[in-house]
Amino acid sequence: MKKFTSVLLAVAMVATMLVGCGAKETAETPATETTTETTTETADGSAFKIGGSGPLTGGAAIYGIAVQRGAQIAVDEINAAGGINGFQIDYNFADDEHDAEKAVNAYNTLKDWGMQLFMGTVTSGPCVAVIENTKEDNMFQITPSGTAVDCVKYPNAFRVCFSDPGQGGKSAQYIGENKIASKVAVIYDSSDVYSSGIYQTFAADAANYGVEIVAAEAFTADTKTDFTTQLTKAKDAGAELVFLPIYYSEAALILSQADSMGYDPMFFGCDGLDGILTMEAFDTALAEDLMLLTPFAADAEDEATQNFVAAYQEAYGETPIQFAANAYDAMYIIKAALEKAGATPEMSVSELGDAMIAAMSEITVDGVTGANMTWTEEGEVNKEPKAVKIVDGTYKAM
Amino acid sequence: MKNKMNLTKSTKSTLITIGMVVVAYIIMMILTKAGALSSLMKGLLVPLCIYAIIAVALNLTVGILGELSLGHAGFMCIGAFSSAFFSFCFKDTMAAGPRFLIAILIGAGIAALFGLLIGIPVLRLQGDYLAIVTLAFGEIIKNVINVLYIGRDVDGFHFSMKDAMALNLQDGGQVIVNGAQGITGTPKDSNFTIGAILLVITLLIVLNLVNSRPGRAIMAIRDNRIAAESVGINITKYKLLAFSISAGLAGVAGVLYAHNLSILQAQPKNFGYNMSIMILVYVVLGGIGNIRGSVISAIILVLLPELMRELQDYRMLIYSVVLIGIMLFNWAPKARVFREKYSLKRLLSKKTAKEEK
Repeated sequence: MKKFTSVLLAVAMVATMLVGCGAKETAETPATETTTETTTETADGSAFKIGGSGPLTGGAAIYGIAVQRGAQIAVDEINAAGGINGFQIDYNFADDEHDAEKAVNAYNTLKDWGMQLFMGTVTSGPCVAVIENTKEDNMFQITPSGTAVDCVKYPNAFRVCFSDPGQGGKSAQYIGENKIASKVAVIYDSSDVYSSGIYQTFAADAANYGVEIVAAEAFTADTKTDFTTQLTKAKDAGAELVFLPIYYSEAALILSQADSMGYDPMFFGCDGLDGILTMEAFDTALAEDLMLLTPFAADAEDEATQNFVAAYQEAYGETPIQFAANAYDAMYIIKAALEKAGATPEMSVSELGDAMIAAMSEITVDGVTGANMTWTEEGEVNKEPKAVKIVDGTYKAM
Repeated sequence: MKNKMNLTKSTKSTLITIGMVVVAYIIMMILTKAGALSSLMKGLLVPLCIYAIIAVALNLTVGILGELSLGHAGFMCIGAFSSAFFSFCFKDTMAAGPRFLIAILIGAGIAALFGLLIGIPVLRLQGDYLAIVTLAFGEIIKNVINVLYIGRDVDGFHFSMKDAMALNLQDGGQVIVNGAQGITGTPKDSNFTIGAILLVITLLIVLNLVNSRPGRAIMAIRDNRIAAESVGINITKYKLLAFSISAGLAGVAGVLYAHNLSILQAQPKNFGYNMSIMILVYVVLGGIGNIRGSVISAIILVLLPELMRELQDYRMLIYSVVLIGIMLFNWAPKARVFREKYSLKRLLSKKTAKEEK
């Protein structure tokens, strides 16, 4: 009996393997069908195949979905306006579950689909793993939101957002140079790569700008509901400003708990705090006077941002967060670089990679996350961080 | 010829299991050389070996020893981090081959040591204590690694549990283990050949253990502890033996994992409680105590969600339905009757019986 089961399972295994092997030949047609969201009237070879990956399921899904949607809007706009160099875009987005191993699988799936340019990954850890593969293939990679330093360590990789050191350093510089505060407490998530990355560079740079860190209090993903201990320590240490390099859901709790303690310092955060005003069941009065460094504010008044926000709201019924904005810009950056390079979809992945690397250092892009963005050869973006302050429930530029 | 016929049933079964892996390896190598393998499959070859190894390792604890371990991802984590730490330190000073060999030994050794340390107090007890303790152990390991900072400079190694600045590294110093950000830049030493060899070695170790004298003692303990004790079997010793071997093999899977990706982070996704349960699912669906079944079910269950990517958002939903389906097919009484009725073996023997008449 057992033998029969194992024979059956073995047959099933061989069958699945054959399916896996055969997928290469057949992948072209069904894969394009599954991405019918994009306009794919064009045949193979006459459209740029741009793939993206990020978490669509699991705890970090909110970021992956935002990136998928933001990029989708850009793709639709570009295709409607006649495409890039006269060629349409074929866009496919794969789920990486915010896991390094799954991200490599997602990347390989996209490669089998015929991807020529890679817009991903959304989160840092998977990005560091995937970059080894893109480097091997000399595939052009632009990450909308991978902030870790190593995300762009090879010449074929670029990013739209600031790096962790960029954010931490810029925050310290901003607080120090504008003399906002001299005694600072930091509350950060030590189990989170983004948060601990910013904290480390902030702490390393703080002294250079005359900022003294009087308390550095950590929490982890398992203890992110009660912050009274951390806030009490910050208060006892006499901090004038509390730096929050964390995401908005925890920051909202910190703000309300500080309020009920009667502790009212200045609060300062990074782009992770973006979205706090649109959070459900959050009293926006608590966020009054909160300062944050963010590349994107959904209620900015320039035309590009307003168009993007309107299109996003129409398509998905919600206000885009900065991840969506980064992805939206990433698509236009790809477009600008492809146009600069005069590339065509007939070029191989490696040829496109070389052409794009050369083009990236020459282009200047105005996007919703910053004006006059340029790139260094290391893949880092040059753009001004926007510091905004929440006044009367809306962002005000500082 | 006569020798071949004299093979015992267990030796035959072992050879079939090993043969299966070898045949699968040869087919995959031929396909790779012919360029007929998709990128996805190429990328999946090493993970398949990793999960097959850890499923076999856990089956030794669950199926042969009869104890429940809910922390095998924790042992994998230990193997991964200890070996990645070693490989990172000797990245520039040692050749890849011997370095990886030592890394495997370190990963296996340290994981087995932890298995032993946990086993000494817990395996003396009767009941489900091992499940509880290993569950806690897996979570503790993950959290400890997430606050651990290790750096290196001219003065030697620096340790901290606070943050990277507290390491006080001199200029030119390097942070190796960076808390939640883990170890970045481990050399990529894993490949399918090494993975397949390690899988075969794992199978040899486990199958030989099962068929040896200690193996029979271990199974006797599983089946009836009191009877085993009464015939003079040293219960704690054999339990410890099986459990630490199981932990060490889980460490080997971790070594392969760490050297397959350039970044190693201890996250709930890869080394957390859910991963431990996932490994247990491989074992249960493959058949508790059935080593060959573990390999097959690990391979199918790792492949399945990847091959269903075209279904997009529905793939996880369908994956769980498939899990329930396999479970029912394997264990439901009705399904068993059905399989008995239409068993290939029975149909064949019927045929031959008729022909003989």
